[in-house]
Amino acid sequence: MDTYVIRQVSVFSENRPGRLAAIARALQDEKINILAFSIAEADGFGVVRALVDRPDRAFETLGSLGFNVAFTDVIAVKMRDEPGGLYEIARILGDAQINIEYSYAYSGKEGAVLILRVDDVQSAIQALLERGAGIMESSAFQ
Amino acid sequence: MTRIWDPRIEEMPVPDLKKLQYKLLKTLVYRLYSFSPFYHERMKEQGVHPDEINSLEDITKLPFMYKSDLRDNYPDRIFTAHRDDLVRYHVSSGTTGKPTVVGYTQNDLNNWTSSLARALVSCGLGRGDVIQVSYGYGLFTGGLGLHYGAEKIGATVLPTSVGNTERQIELMQDLNSTAIACTPSYLLHIGEVAEKMGVSIRDDTSLRVGILGAEPWSENMRKRIEDWLGINAYDIYGTSELSGPMFCECTEQNGFHVWGDLAYVEILDPETGEPLPPGEKGEMVITMLQKEALPMIRYRIGDISSMEEGVCACGRTHPRIQRISGRVDDMLIIRGINVFPSQIEYALMGVPEVGRHFMIIVDRKGALDEMLVQVEVSGEAFSDKITDLMSIRRKVEHRLRNTLNVAVSVELVEPGSLPRFEGKAKRVIDRRRL
Repeated sequence: MDTYVIRQVSVFSENRPGRLAAIARALQDEKINILAFSIAEADGFGVVRALVDRPDRAFETLGSLGFNVAFTDVIAVKMRDEPGGLYEIARILGDAQINIEYSYAYSGKEGAVLILRVDDVQSAIQALLERGAGIMESSAFQ
Repeated sequence: MTRIWDPRIEEMPVPDLKKLQYKLLKTLVYRLYSFSPFYHERMKEQGVHPDEINSLEDITKLPFMYKSDLRDNYPDRIFTAHRDDLVRYHVSSGTTGKPTVVGYTQNDLNNWTSSLARALVSCGLGRGDVIQVSYGYGLFTGGLGLHYGAEKIGATVLPTSVGNTERQIELMQDLNSTAIACTPSYLLHIGEVAEKMGVSIRDDTSLRVGILGAEPWSENMRKRIEDWLGINAYDIYGTSELSGPMFCECTEQNGFHVWGDLAYVEILDPETGEPLPPGEKGEMVITMLQKEALPMIRYRIGDISSMEEGVCACGRTHPRIQRISGRVDDMLIIRGINVFPSQIEYALMGVPEVGRHFMIIVDRKGALDEMLVQVEVSGEAFSDKITDLMSIRRKVEHRLRNTLNVAVSVELVEPGSLPRFEGKAKRVIDRRRL
């Protein structure tokens, strides 16, 4: 089941101009590609979350620049890119009593993808597999 | 190894020490009244004559001296030694205004050096030790003061001065420094840089003693330094007006011994100027009993502390002053409540989720003072979850409010983004006057 666990890179950032640029520049310099990302913001600071093609290198690079970096386990699920696509996935997790802590999504050429941070990763993978949802292997990203 | 540098003085029975202090005070007052126009004038203004100083307690009849007396008489108008008898100058940095100049006769230097020789031996140093002096050399008193004190006791001096931290760490390893003299914040900086270089001060060096001073620090900071770096950390105290760093804690680590034959300390209520009983916190007022070039009588040094008298467990009979807990003029008044930066340091040391560095920003919103404390989130504490970060912030805010009795906002900032100080830390930005 670990083949479905994706290591998301999370970076602490002050909420002021230029911080995202500093992170993005560091990744560019190392030729690390960002596949999906989001920013969560609080009063005065934020957390930048990203799926990248080379997470270990990203962790090392940002860490050496003095950023607080952490890995967080997330999962990615393919959705139908049409009305009801999100509902299908959310319902599976709701029925299984799994709580979504946060989530973000993108819609690309190959369809829509939902990135999920849940309170119980293993049970979530189990439930999604059982109900035939299009859970993606981490190798699709990393 | 020598346990006490000068047993005759350091273990002198208290009554004899007091008698000696009285004798020195009386001599000093007569000398200044007779030969110094400045002191003569001051005593006249106060309406006191040397004949009225008939006990040590009579010192309270004498007028105070202030930093401004040195500034107003820049550079050397209140010196009481002939210029040809001066063998050195030091000049204070003048962070609070115009610089002040201190002159030394040969006797002044000898007394300064023997004060530090006693101090260094009292915290377990001596022949065979390598003392890395990482205080600034030059106009600042720290470097040269410690240098000659360390040579006096037969230790080997490594005069690295401040800065070039990587090189300091290399030399510390290569030459087996057993002690370092620097500011506590610079030692923390050295520890951090060493870790980045893959060097553990605890495991990869011979360092066992830190002689730390020139800025306020706390008991918590001592514990953190000792646990982290595997050394014993001792508080050292002094200012250029007294000669320089002068007094250090003994191995009991319970306040620094003020050598009574060189200095007499009073602890006064900063508001009323009345003496406070032993153990109570107040403003330190120091009289230097043997200085020749620049005597200091009842000098209001501006530091807050308390004093314990009686014989120390180490056998020394000289009074102990507790670690400086603040500056009369560093004191911030936030919505009418007295706040010392050292209290903030103390509170933060109890929150491992934030680093050791902080900045205080005071501003006025409308009629209300607002205090913002910036802290760095430590790498280990960083969580991807916003709620975890918010609870760290609330925890720090809560702790600060409990310690200071005033509401404080806390801002979490990126690690390494707050200023590091190699000399005296300037952690307060007060925007209220702008």
